[in-house]
Amino acid sequence: MKQYDIVIIGGGPAGLAAAISAKNAGVSDIMILERDESLGGILNQCIHNGFGLHTFKEELTGPEYAARFIAKAQEMEIPYKLGAMVLSVSPEKVITYMNKQEGLVQISAKAIILAMGCRERPRGALNIPGFRPAGIYSAGTAQRLMNIEGYSVGKEVVILGSGDIGLIMARRMTLEGANVKVVAELMPYSGGLKRNIVQCLNDFNIPLKLSHTVVGIDGEKRITGVTIAEVDANRQPIPGTEIHYDCDTLLLSCGLIPENELTREIGVEMNRVTSGPNVDDKLQTGVEGVFACGNVLHVHDLVDHVSSEAALAGENAAAYVLAKAETESAHKVTLKAENGVRYTVPQTIDVANMRDSVTVRFRVADIYHNRSIAVYYGDKKVMSRKKRVLAPGEMEQVLLKKDSFKDYPDITEITIRTEEA
Amino acid sequence: METKNLTCIGCPMGCALTVTIDGDEITVTGNTCTVGANYAKKEVTNPTRVVTSSVRVCGAAIARVSVKTATDIPKNKIFDCMAEIREITVNAPVSIGDVIIEDCAGTGVKVVATKNVAAK
Repeated sequence: MKQYDIVIIGGGPAGLAAAISAKNAGVSDIMILERDESLGGILNQCIHNGFGLHTFKEELTGPEYAARFIAKAQEMEIPYKLGAMVLSVSPEKVITYMNKQEGLVQISAKAIILAMGCRERPRGALNIPGFRPAGIYSAGTAQRLMNIEGYSVGKEVVILGSGDIGLIMARRMTLEGANVKVVAELMPYSGGLKRNIVQCLNDFNIPLKLSHTVVGIDGEKRITGVTIAEVDANRQPIPGTEIHYDCDTLLLSCGLIPENELTREIGVEMNRVTSGPNVDDKLQTGVEGVFACGNVLHVHDLVDHVSSEAALAGENAAAYVLAKAETESAHKVTLKAENGVRYTVPQTIDVANMRDSVTVRFRVADIYHNRSIAVYYGDKKVMSRKKRVLAPGEMEQVLLKKDSFKDYPDITEITIRTEEA
Repeated sequence: METKNLTCIGCPMGCALTVTIDGDEITVTGNTCTVGANYAKKEVTNPTRVVTSSVRVCGAAIARVSVKTATDIPKNKIFDCMAEIREITVNAPVSIGDVIIEDCAGTGVKVVATKNVAAK
């Protein structure tokens, strides 16, 4: 069985950034396994701009952002396989994949970086009543059909869910001549980025109906219309508020789910809030030498954050391979999310062996105005940052410095919470 | 005096901006950097957008190559620009930055490819 130093599962933005930084850190024996026919992952179909403001200080489209990382990986001669579908990963780090050229292959790795990304919540998970006619797509499927495969998808469109892909597709379909009638959002706020609401809906006068959901789908062969209704505080439809829209297309943009079937198989501890694995400050999962980054770890809103997180995973995987040292956690501290903070990534920090600083990323549970984000070391508040607005759709972060733990030698828990400012 | 509320789109912060227009005097508050102030001033005087779309590509493994206006164009020219983009077919190979339309909808702005597409 061929052994690699590092095998990276997924050749999207996370996998590419991880590979580049692992190689920069001194490991050359790398293999990226990508199931699609090209590197770049979901960025290939995200043809809108707004990528790279943090990483490159300029505004790029998705394919352009991906191309920079692909060019870098190719220039550094990092090996990769396309059309290679990973079927299983064992706790002993044996990876089984399949492709057209080699058939079924088993390889082993000293370290594995999980970078499989996420997928969209499908209709079946949404409990929408009605027939199952043609014309109902997840927003990302419609995006791929339009932007890569060249289909028009639909003319009269209703969108359920105001996630970023749904918003982007509202604009995209409008530009291609479709009539996007309404975007209905179950929650009382949008899960999408503000700039997407401004530029994708407001610019084209597309109404966003918050606290609304689809309660009926008409049409047997092809969708002919949908009925939406307002929902109450318990997200139950309110009788009498139904509105009918004739349409030939319904797009669903109702959340993203990290794609962790392989991760579960390895047997690492999973997080019920992120649907990704629990990781330490090195982005290492519960299984030694298995790292995770990008949307498979937790769903990001910005690819720039994916790239920086993945670079860290790559560097740490390289350090693990080269040194094979200090895998035992010397002083493990657990991060606790409470009072409006839904989760943190990482979930633990080894304060004895941490870098000079660790970025802790998290999301809040609701829209909050004028609250502060507070960090407690044990019972002691060590940091508080006032925020005018916090929203579930926008990931937050705090930076914890190694120096700051000097006065807390016995700390076992760090709490991150929102507080009334 | 007129007041407008805008959301800054300069970066993911999405600052809530308040623009006060008093004759030629435009005051912006709520911004956390100069991008916000410049955006708000522009948005109330000369709003512009970068248009991204895709055009048909022949002789490649994929059916469309993504494109964008090389710089932002006046907001009211978006649909004129799209009408021209929709008429275009190119042949593979295409490289990022290749000019697809020299002057889109009389704006003087080029439309360029944003994806490398190899010939099949």
